[in-house]
Amino acid sequence: MRIVFKTGYMQDIRPWKDRYQLGLYLILLAVVVAAPWWLDEFYLGELTNVLIWAIAGLGLMILTGHTGQISLGHAAFLAFGCYANVILIEAGVPFLIAFPLAGILTGIAGVTVAIPALRLHGIYLAIFTMALSILMDDVIVLAEPITGGVAGKYLGGVEIFGHLVDRWATPDQFFWLVLIVAVLVTLGYINLLRAPLGRSFIAVRDSEVSAQAMGVDIAKTKTISFALSCAVTGWAGALMGLYAGAFNNETFSVLISIQLLMMVVIGGLGSIHGAFLGAVVIGFLPQFLSISKEYIGAVVGGSTVAIPGLEFGIFGVILIGFILFEPMGMYGRWLKIRTWFELFPFYRKDMFKRQKSYLKTERLR
Amino acid sequence: MSLLEFENVTLKFGGLTAVNDLSFEVQEGEVFAIVGPNGAGKSTVFNLISRFYDPFAGSIQFDGHDLLQVKSSGVAAYGVARTFQNIELFEHATVLQNLLVGRHRHRKTNLISEILFTRSARRQELDNREKVEEIIDFLDLQAFRDKMISGLPYGVRKVVEVARALATDPKLLLLDEPASGLSVEETTGMRWWIDDIRRQMGITVLMVEHDMGLVSGVSDRVLAMADGAELALGTPAEVQSHPAVIEAYLGKAS
Repeated sequence: MRIVFKTGYMQDIRPWKDRYQLGLYLILLAVVVAAPWWLDEFYLGELTNVLIWAIAGLGLMILTGHTGQISLGHAAFLAFGCYANVILIEAGVPFLIAFPLAGILTGIAGVTVAIPALRLHGIYLAIFTMALSILMDDVIVLAEPITGGVAGKYLGGVEIFGHLVDRWATPDQFFWLVLIVAVLVTLGYINLLRAPLGRSFIAVRDSEVSAQAMGVDIAKTKTISFALSCAVTGWAGALMGLYAGAFNNETFSVLISIQLLMMVVIGGLGSIHGAFLGAVVIGFLPQFLSISKEYIGAVVGGSTVAIPGLEFGIFGVILIGFILFEPMGMYGRWLKIRTWFELFPFYRKDMFKRQKSYLKTERLR
Repeated sequence: MSLLEFENVTLKFGGLTAVNDLSFEVQEGEVFAIVGPNGAGKSTVFNLISRFYDPFAGSIQFDGHDLLQVKSSGVAAYGVARTFQNIELFEHATVLQNLLVGRHRHRKTNLISEILFTRSARRQELDNREKVEEIIDFLDLQAFRDKMISGLPYGVRKVVEVARALATDPKLLLLDEPASGLSVEETTGMRWWIDDIRRQMGITVLMVEHDMGLVSGVSDRVLAMADGAELALGTPAEVQSHPAVIEAYLGKAS
C-alpha cells in the first residue's frame, strides 16, 4: 500500500501525484516514442490509427465526458477538419499552418452549431447532433467544387520543413507526427482540468443550477466546450484524412459518430485515460476479430466465412456489457483494481458504489 | 444600510401567485430568517434573488445594483452566494473541486493561459487553494478534502454546500433550509457556524428555515410569510407570538 503524503498545495496542482507516477508515465511515453524500432510496419500503422482515434476521443470527452453534453455528430467535425486541412494544403498553405488552422476552423464551426444547441438537453441534443452528422454527408456531396463530392479527395503525404511525412512512404515520421499531436492535446487537456474552466465544465455537467449560482455562465461555458471539443476533433479528422489517404462523403458517416461515442463510454466517461483505453478497443477490435476468425476457422476446420455486421454486433455487445456492469468504463474498472491492490485487504465491494441522489423534486430542470 | 431590498415584488406562475407584493429589506451584518408554512413562497424568494425567475412586478436591489439587470450567473459576481434546499453539489467531483468552483467568480485567467497553465494560472490556483483551505479549516472539513461527493453522508454534504458558498467570498449568504435533515447535534453545530459566519467573516445571512429553535437562536429579524405575502416582520419573539403567524400555522381558534 502506497501512501502519498501531501506537504504543499503544489502537489495537488501538479498533474502527477508523485515522482513514482511521473516516472511511470515517462517510461510509457519513451516506449511509445520508440515504437518504430520495436514494432513492425503493420502494427505501427495500427498504433497510429489508435492514437488518431484517441485524439478524436479526447475531443468528444471534453464535450460528453466533462461537460455532459452528448454528441452523436462528431463525425461531421472529423469530416470538417479533414476537408479543411486538405483544401488548405491544396491551396498552397504549408501543412504546419494548414493543420492548426483546420482545427481552429472546426472549432468555429462547432460554435455556430453550439449556439442553437444550447437549449437542448439529453436525448434532444443527441438527435440534433445526429442530424448534423447525416447532413454533413449531403453537404459534402453538394459542395462538390470544393470537396470533390462523391469522387472524394486524395492526399499523398505532406511536407514538414522539406521532410516528406506520409503514411505509406515514411510511416515512422507519420507516427511521430500523430504522437506529438496526441501528447500536446493531452497536456492541454490536463491543464484545462486543473484550471477554473475545466472545473466549470464539470460544474455544468453535474448541476447547472448551482453552477449558475456560483457565477458560471452556462451558455458561455457550453459554447467554449463545444469549440474546444470540435477543434480537437477537427485535428483528429485532419490526421484521419492523412492516414486514409483517400476519402469521400461516406468516410465520415454517422456510424463513425456512434463508434466515437461508444469509444468514450467503453473507455470511461470523464477521464483522459478513458479516451485512450476506448481507442485501443475500437482500434484493435477489427484486427482482433479477423485474427480470431481465422483461428476459429482453422480449429473448427471450415473455411472462414465473412459475417456481415459482425464487428458492429460485437461492439454492441461490449457496449451493453459495459453499461450494465461497468458504467464507469475501462478506466473505472482499472481504478477499482488498483484500489483493491493499494488497500489490500481492506477493499470493500461498495467502495465505488454511487449513492442514490437525494430528493431532486425541487430541481429547476 | 440595507444590503438587499425587495420592493413590491410579485411573481405569478400561470394563475398561481407565488410571491404577492412582497417588500422587505435585509440590513448589512444581520441574520435575517424567512419562515412560513410549506408553499408560502420562501424558496421562490431565493430563486428570485438567484434570478432563476423573472418577477412579474417590483424591483430587487442588492448593494446598490439592480439585480433584475443581470442574468443568474451575474448575481454571484456582486457577492451573493447560496445553498439549495435539496443539495446541488457537483456529485462526481471531490470536495476540494467543489469548493474551487466556488472561486470561479474570481477567475482572472483566460482560455489560453489556462491551457498553457502559465505562471499566472498557477499563482491563481495557489491563491484559490489558500482561500479554500481557510474555509475547510473553518468548517472542519479536513477529513473529506479529497473525497468524492457521491460517497459522502447527507450531513457532510450540507456543510460542503455551505463551504462552497463561502468560498465565493460573498457579502450575502443565502441558506435554504440549512438544518433540514440534520440531527439535533448537527443543527446545533450549524447554529454556531451561522453565528461565526456573521461575526468572524462579517457576512450577512438570509435564511429560510423551519426549525424555530435555530431561527430564534441566530436570527436578528424574522419575516413570516404565507401564500406569498408578508404575515409579520420583527424579532423572533415578536413574530412567534404574532396572532397572524399563529393562525397561519395552527388555524383560527373557534
